[in-house]
Amino acid sequence: MNLNIETRNEVIIIYVKEERLDAHNSGDLKSEMQRLFEEGKKNILVDLHDVRFIDSSGLGALVSGFKNAISHQGNLKLATLQTQVKSMFELTRLHRVFEIFPSTAEALENF
Amino acid sequence: MEKRAIEVDIKVPNQTRYLSLIGRIGEDIAKELDKFGGDRETLAYHINLVLTEAMVNAIKYANAEDPDKMVHIMITIADSELTIRVYDDGQGFDINSIPPPDFEKLEDRGRGVFIIKSIMDSVRYRKIDGGNVLEMSKRLH
Repeated sequence: MNLNIETRNEVIIIYVKEERLDAHNSGDLKSEMQRLFEEGKKNILVDLHDVRFIDSSGLGALVSGFKNAISHQGNLKLATLQTQVKSMFELTRLHRVFEIFPSTAEALENF
Repeated sequence: MEKRAIEVDIKVPNQTRYLSLIGRIGEDIAKELDKFGGDRETLAYHINLVLTEAMVNAIKYANAEDPDKMVHIMITIADSELTIRVYDDGQGFDINSIPPPDFEKLEDRGRGVFIIKSIMDSVRYRKIDGGNVLEMSKRLH
């Protein structure tokens, strides 16, 4: 899967450069987040600007990243969700779990 | 079948790489419905989502990730009702036996069936000759 990764103010930003985050590709995002936390990184921001479609596996990968963050005393936050993607977090009540920001800049201010 | 009905019959290998193809076909069908008065973008997303979740169940569980098996999908729109049937020729995986997710617990898995049931009006899984079918319907207003 296409992921662009950059570091800003000690926050790793993962830009998911895919239209779909689903059962076919979400395993890659899950392992990438796991790798970063195991390397000792503490703060990850996942930017979902390009993601138009997410399924339960995509949500599951983000939940896995969130749990990884907690077990490594880190943080995982989300930014720039498209409307339909955001509604999936609401349907599955995951909007109560994740900190979701309308822009990358706002998310970065809140780490 | 009435003349204004749409029926799309697709078979793809039992592999997740075909999820986006099937999802896209579902979205295109939603956009073609001439009588639908609701939010078309949401309907398109929902059809894509239900097809994706149902196919993943067939690929990973019913057909036990065997890449040589096939998944058979039939999408029917007739009498203002959308029906999606996903056939598997595996051992079966009765989604009605899956409990709803516990929202207080953060599990990686277990949301797919909940999503299907939230979107569709009726969901049933039954045995047929040579396999099983997951049959899901939604009224279109």
